[in-house]
Amino acid sequence: MLAGIALTLVSIWYGQHHGLMPVQASEDAALVDGLFDTMMIVGTGIFLLVEGVILICLFKFRRRPGDDTDGPPIAGNIPLEILWTAIPVVIVLVIGVYSFEVYRIEGGFDPEAAEQSPIQVAMVSNSDVSTPLMAPQHKGHHHLALGVGATPDEMTTAPDLTVNVLGLQYAWIFTYPDTGVTTGELHLPAGKDVKLVIKAQDVLHAFWLPQFRLKQDAIPGQDAELRFTPQRVGEYPIICAELCGPYHGAMGSKLYVQEADEFDQWLQQQVASQSNADSTVALQPSEPTDADYLSAMADHVGVDASVLERLPHTLSSPSELVPVSLVGPQG
Amino acid sequence: MTQAEALSETRSSHDHHPGPQRKWQDYFTFNTDHKVIGIQYLVLSFIFFGIGGIMADLIRTELKTPATDFVSPEMYNQLLTLHGTIMIFLWIIPAGSGLANYLIPLMIGARDMAFPKMNALAFWMLPPAGILLALSILFDAPQAGWTSYPPLSIMTGKVGEGIWIFSLLVLGTSSILGAINFFTTILLMRVPSMPLTAMPLFCWSMLATSALILIGTPVLAGALILLAFDLLAGTAFFNPTGGGDPIVYQHMFWFYSHPAVYIMILPLFGVISEIIPVHSRKPIFGYLAIAYSSLAISFLGLIVWAHHMFTSGTPAWLRMFFMITTMVIAVPTGIKVFSWLATMWGGKIALNSAMLFAMGFVGEFVIGGISGVMVASVPFDIHVHDTYFVVAHLHYVLFGGSVFGIFAAIYHWFPKMTGRMVNEPLGIVHFILTLIGMNLTFMPMHALGLQGMNRRIALYDPQFQPLNELCTIGSYILAVSALPFLVNMIWSWIKGREAGDNPWNALTLEWQTSSPPAIENFETLPVLRWGPYDYGVERIPEDIEPPLTSPELQPESSALS
Amino acid sequence: MQGSTVDPAQAALNYHAEAVATGHEEHPDHRIFGIIVFLAAESMIFLGLFMAYLTFRAVYPTWPPEGTPERELLLPGINTLILISSSFVIHQADTAVKKDNVGGLRKWFAITALMGAVFLAGQLYEYHNLEFGLKTNLYASTFYVLTGFHGLHVFFGLCLILGVLWRSRIKGHYSSQHHFGVEAAELYWHFVDVVWIVLFILLYLL
Ligand code: HEA
Ligand code: HEA
Ligand code: CUA
Ligand SMILES: [Cu+2]
Repeated sequence: MLAGIALTLVSIWYGQHHGLMPVQASEDAALVDGLFDTMMIVGTGIFLLVEGVILICLFKFRRRPGDDTDGPPIAGNIPLEILWTAIPVVIVLVIGVYSFEVYRIEGGFDPEAAEQSPIQVAMVSNSDVSTPLMAPQHKGHHHLALGVGATPDEMTTAPDLTVNVLGLQYAWIFTYPDTGVTTGELHLPAGKDVKLVIKAQDVLHAFWLPQFRLKQDAIPGQDAELRFTPQRVGEYPIICAELCGPYHGAMGSKLYVQEADEFDQWLQQQVASQSNADSTVALQPSEPTDADYLSAMADHVGVDASVLERLPHTLSSPSELVPVSLVGPQG
Repeated sequence: MTQAEALSETRSSHDHHPGPQRKWQDYFTFNTDHKVIGIQYLVLSFIFFGIGGIMADLIRTELKTPATDFVSPEMYNQLLTLHGTIMIFLWIIPAGSGLANYLIPLMIGARDMAFPKMNALAFWMLPPAGILLALSILFDAPQAGWTSYPPLSIMTGKVGEGIWIFSLLVLGTSSILGAINFFTTILLMRVPSMPLTAMPLFCWSMLATSALILIGTPVLAGALILLAFDLLAGTAFFNPTGGGDPIVYQHMFWFYSHPAVYIMILPLFGVISEIIPVHSRKPIFGYLAIAYSSLAISFLGLIVWAHHMFTSGTPAWLRMFFMITTMVIAVPTGIKVFSWLATMWGGKIALNSAMLFAMGFVGEFVIGGISGVMVASVPFDIHVHDTYFVVAHLHYVLFGGSVFGIFAAIYHWFPKMTGRMVNEPLGIVHFILTLIGMNLTFMPMHALGLQGMNRRIALYDPQFQPLNELCTIGSYILAVSALPFLVNMIWSWIKGREAGDNPWNALTLEWQTSSPPAIENFETLPVLRWGPYDYGVERIPEDIEPPLTSPELQPESSALS
Repeated sequence: MQGSTVDPAQAALNYHAEAVATGHEEHPDHRIFGIIVFLAAESMIFLGLFMAYLTFRAVYPTWPPEGTPERELLLPGINTLILISSSFVIHQADTAVKKDNVGGLRKWFAITALMGAVFLAGQLYEYHNLEFGLKTNLYASTFYVLTGFHGLHVFFGLCLILGVLWRSRIKGHYSSQHHFGVEAAELYWHFVDVVWIVLFILLYLL
């Protein structure tokens, strides 16, 4: 009894003080962390129970020297067995429903509805600029919208900002369709409802924002989306989480969440500098990343300056999509 | 009088004289004796464990520092692909087949498997495929991960990928042939006095496993055939550039490879259900519940595959379906875990190497199971998919589960296989080193994954270095832990103490014949006179004279006939 | 659940019943059961391929993809009839051998083999005259892989039948008591036949 109370208390405490998750940069992240904490509480409880019983058996029920007799012939106990079937059933149902709710609030079901929703149709005109980015060769393929979309509240409103994300070996390219700006780093305004449309050019990649607890594979020939509201100003890693070749580990970028006015300023700057002749400043990381280890690899990584330079041109005309062979050392 | 007393009483007078024995040369031939084949499987799989383990330690050495300073990134991907493939297809699955081959006929009182020649054929498919795969590291190994997702897999080295596909087709065929044998043998070749419900639990778990192999593996073969066409003939089944769909490959792959994880754990569930009662001197708790939960796991295992695809092209409602079915597997698995605990509770536990590994299995597997239920939750998995959290999960279930189970099985049946006892102190040292090494290697990976370290990378953010160093140290301890084991096995096989037929006073049939068993297993086919786990049960008086007249009283010889 | 899982009275009873059956008796013959299990596994390969085909089909807006040349139905239709009727023919052989009529067995097997060969020839002829190749589009690729994989099975079944024919020359090799080979070949042939029916519906009719 006492042990049971102690076990419960320890589990509840540990479940909330594990300190294992990175910073929460959005409300979705807080939701997912709440779910994780709950699972940690249950998990710690089960862990302590099982390991506790094993330890007790190890010390209390070990065979004493010289005792060659058998133990008591207990071969079952129906009520007990029903109990330890029923409790996991309940736990699993609770976690299942909780996960379902978190997923629904995050907007997991939106991409399903998206195809019929009129807003999406309206959006299409908007995304004209971005069409060149869609891998054009997959004609006739039915595009499923996948990922995490609008929260139930946002379902009826269009996102404040849409950014097209293209994954290729080994870089992320971001295009702001409203302005035509193309960059190698993602800048987003804080507190705004943003939608990322994620595509891949060559192989599978996965767009991962650990501080936002969001991830979506980029699949050649299919579109995916992530829609969320960044809340916390700061600099966050963008990671490619799907094996995409030898330099998969080096495929990453930065997400800068900025105050709305700072963001607008940045965007204007980009518009100015990019329409200005064919400079491609924006594509080269503007500041050296603190991951200096990467620079040692830069010439292996395949996305050197010369390749990046071609991108804005080739991407602006659909017929000239960067051929796979240009990217990556092995082609 | 309880079983233990009864057995030790009859022991001295009853010890069988080992019949005709195998010569060592037999182990290198196309021998059709299931015991030879079983040992062939086990030895071969251990060799591949060593190879896969060396690769793991190379991986860990590379990951000691954030930079790629030890092997090139290409080489790193080759190592991790081969590590995963070898550990799964050439270590755990063949080791399970080895145990099944050795034990099933002995446990059910048969003289051999149903199809001995096919059995030998299944074994001899492994060495060529395995050696080819392992040697490919010297010229051009596959490098798209053990999952080999297209389009990447059809764009990297053609030779390596071709070898991977070919090896897997051969290994899969071997696995299917093995499963046909287990399935038929268990259903049709039990001694007539053994109804399904008096069958050792290992046989139940192998029944469930073979069903999974028979249903799942062919679908993998189908996926590999299509992949091979994409790779070699230039079709575009999985290549979006030609209008194909890479997600279809993922579905076909996981339709096999999720059941495959139960193919890798169910035999060891069976092993644990055998070992715990013997060394606790208590009947297994809830025999029927454990038996049927194997079938339940096997069935559920077939309808959860897309939980590996929560961040890929799976529609939302499907994600929810697969989330719930996945989580439900915790229920039958929990039944097993709690039944094992209840079996140990109040028993008289002999803390020998076999039992320690069995207890270690329960303790470590549960950790992997709990993280499994966590990753089954869609919103959480979206965060940790393809991170070290998943790597931690899979090693807790595969190393803490399957590998611990295999070690437990080896220590438990070593006296039966060789007629000699293992060296207990060495075994316990092995256990302690393995336990420490395994937790040190894989526990920190949970934190790494949660904080943002993705998997399959040779270079990582320097902030993760301290934890990675811990993992690397742990993996070196694991490498060291293999030494006492190897010494123990070789030394005990040659020089170990004579074991006698039944050193554990166990009740299942394999212990009722000589150690090692004679070529056709039993002098006369055995007859069940007690259940497999009747420890402590008052013994049946020998002199009951049943009426032999009414034929209706004759029990059915098997459920199918 | 208290106590033993084996009923003592029954166990003792078995003890007597079995004591008779000692010695190293002949290995029991479970080969037919084994073949059935094997075919169940084989059908899973086809099921996997069918599901892949159906998914491709479901994901594409039009199927077969625009521009796929029309397929002829006459030749494959005739081929289908031949294969289906061959299943009835091979069954005659089974009936014959059960009556110890080895001559009948040989006759019916020979006819089945001929029909199988015609089917294969028809298939090859069709490949030769189709206006699309393996790489034309996704439909074409699945078409060739599915029918080709099935054709391989027909070929293997043909080899089994010819093997049985070859062995049947030995006097007394097959009898009403011993005819595992005949039954195995027949089962396999029926399996190939059923797979073809599904395949035909999927590839030609749907
Ligand atoms: C032996 C192998 C094995 C086993 C047994 C399992 C068991 C389970 N696995 Fe695991 N899994 C793998 C091997 C295995 N897995 C591998 C190799 C991968 C990675 C593949 C790759 O991508 O390379 C993987 C990946 C993997 C994923 C995908 C993660 C991702 O890539 O994002 C998921 C998601 O659902 C998952 C879930 C589960 C679950 C729910 C179980 C359950 O069966 C666990 C059930 C057990 C318990 C829960 C513990 C005992 C129960 C109790 C004590 C009762 C009370 C408990 C509760 C109520 C919670 N596994
Ligand atoms: C049963 C399966 C199994 C086992 C036992 C192991 C064992 C180990 N694994 Fe592995 N692992 C996988 C299955 C397994 N792994 C899979 C499926 C993947 C995913 C691959 C992918 O992403 O595609 C993976 C991936 C994986 C990674 C992630 C790589 C990455 O994503 O970048 C890492 C990293 O640390 C790792 C480490 C280890 C370590 C240190 C061990 C250690 O426990 C090893 C300890 C063993 C030894 C050191 C050898 C012991 C020696 C002997 C027994 C003597 C032999 C005798 C002779 C040679 C004669 N494994
Ligand atoms: Cu892109 Cu990994
Ligand atoms: Cu799984």
